[in-house]
Order: sequence, then structure tokens, then C-alpha cells
Amino acid sequence: MKRLKRRYLALVVDFGGVFGSKELMDAVWSAISKLYGEYGASRTGLTLIDYDVERRIAVVRILHTAVDMVRAALASITKIDDKPVAIHVLTVSGTIRALYKKIKQ
Amino acid sequence: MKRIFADLHLCPKLNGADQVLRMISKASSLGYHLVAVTFPASFTEEGFRRMRSMCEEAKIDLVSRIDLKPRASRELTYSLRRVRRRFEVVAVMCESKDLARQAARDRRVDLLNFPSFDLRRRFFDYAEAELASKTLSSLEIDVKPLLTLEGPARIRLLSGLRREASIAKEFHVPIVISSGVSSELFLRRPRELASLARLFDLDEASAIEAVSDNPVAVVRRNREKLSSRFVAPGIRIIRGGRDC
Repeated sequence: MKRLKRRYLALVVDFGGVFGSKELMDAVWSAISKLYGEYGASRTGLTLIDYDVERRIAVVRILHTAVDMVRAALASITKIDDKPVAIHVLTVSGTIRALYKKIKQ
Repeated sequence: MKRIFADLHLCPKLNGADQVLRMISKASSLGYHLVAVTFPASFTEEGFRRMRSMCEEAKIDLVSRIDLKPRASRELTYSLRRVRRRFEVVAVMCESKDLARQAARDRRVDLLNFPSFDLRRRFFDYAEAELASKTLSSLEIDVKPLLTLEGPARIRLLSGLRREASIAKEFHVPIVISSGVSSELFLRRPRELASLARLFDLDEASAIEAVSDNPVAVVRRNREKLSSRFVAPGIRIIRGGRDC
């Protein structure tokens, strides 16, 4: 069986207030399904790995074939709970260790 | 060599210098090296120079841009004569078919922009692309409507953009992807704009070019034309005075 290649994305949430990981992931899933439908969303393999509420940095894991899809969906998020917000991809990496190294830099 | 990313359509409110600076420094932090701000025709040269020096501190190159919204072809010709030598980028908001054709035909126009919210007024078809390909004009696509629209409206817009992008590719008309936003929360990183461009079937290389090489080429070409040494395309003064 072919090994699944994954990518780890560090996301920065540009927002003045605070919200939890559930609200964040709901918004991400909703954006992906709005743009690509449920079938497309199922092909992203999206999983939340870590969310630092204070630094507003989230780490998610996706399939390497879905990087552009997820990037576009994240860019299309403008509101969470009716509050204006922007989510930017800080960095992309093939391993979680390299990702944390890049975030620290 | 490091790629230069550019956003040629920022529309901050110019009455507050703070907001302009905030937006420009945000663009710089998101990875842009060059941004164009839309100025009114009445904006003074001195005001622009002051703003440019502030941008140099934020390590970002500021480009002056004007959006022309004429009602008739004659008005467009008149406006171009008046503003062409004052602004580095000239975009025309094509609200009618005649105007779109005239803008595509005119070599002084850099960017052709069409209303995103009304698809019946997007006139970028085969005839328009053929005219634009002969005059070096680029098709500008703002991503703001992709962020603000939802549901059927966004679906229709994406379908229209897909058709326009394929026509532009067929006629080798450069595509420029810009943000077209007036608030910093709507600004997106260059790679995110490129990912959004993939939604209307641009391949990866073309999408990256649309946020880097294509807009930078427009600015370089115009800066060369506006410099005092420019004579004609490919000809410029390299030495003057008695020794030549």
C-alpha cells in the first residue's frame, strides 16, 4: 500500500479576542465544505494537532495533495462567530519537528 | 533569486495616514515587497513622496495607482492624457463594452478591471483578449469578492473567472491577481492569493506569476517609461552633454 504523505501547517489567527479550538475547526471545516463540498473536504485529511490560544497559533495536519485546497479555504475565512478574523498560513512542513523549529525561528 | 511579491490594488481611506501606514506595514509583514495604493487624480506629488518615504521605513516599495472610471470612450482618452505621466499604474474599471474595447486598445492602460458583483458587465471575451494581447494590458482580478460573496453568487463568479482566465491564457494576456481591499483584515499572503487563483483553474506556476512576475513587470515597464532617460521602448539616454 502506498504511504500517505502528510503536511503540517502552522496557522496564525489574526483576531483581537479569544476563541476555542472547536470554533476554529468548525470555521475551517465550514470554509472547506463551502468551497469544495463534503467530498472535497473528505480528501483533505484535516486534523487539529495543537492550538495555542494565547499565541493564537494552531498546527494542523493535512494530506500533501490538499495543501492548496486548505490554503484557499483558510484564506476565504473572514468571520468566526460573526467577528472579523483572518487566518494565515505561517509555514508548511513535512514533519512536525521541523514545523516547530520553523515557528521558533 | 528571491521572488518579489506584489499587490497592485490596495484601497485604504486616504484621509487617515495612520490607516494607510497600518495597511502597508501589514502587507509588508505578510510578505509583499511592492504594493500599489489607489490615489485620486487630485492627490499631490508631495503627499505621495511623503508616503513613499514612510513606506521605505517599512521596507516596502510604494507604487502610485489610479483607477479610471470614465463613462464614455472619449472621457477615457481625455483622462489618460491627463494622468498617464503622473501615475505609475493606470487601471480602467470597464463598466461598458465600448469602454472595455477602448481600454484594451489603448497602450497607456496597464490593467483592465471588471465589476465583480455584476457578471453581465464582465466584458473580457475573445475580442477583448485579442485587443489586450496587442497592447500589453493585463487582466486584473480582485480577490475581495471571493472573500465576501457566498453561495450561488460566488459560484457564478468562479465560473466566470474560470472562463476569463482560460481566454487570457489562450491569447497570452498576463493575469494580475490583486486583493482590492480597503481593510487590513482582508489582506492575504501572496501564496494564499495564488491558492485562491487555483480556484479558477490557473496552474501553480501561472498563479504564482500572477502575484509576482506579472505585476512587477507592469511596474518596471512603467517606471522605465516615466524616467527622464526614456526615449522609446528599448532606447534610453545613457550619457548627455558635450562628451557624446
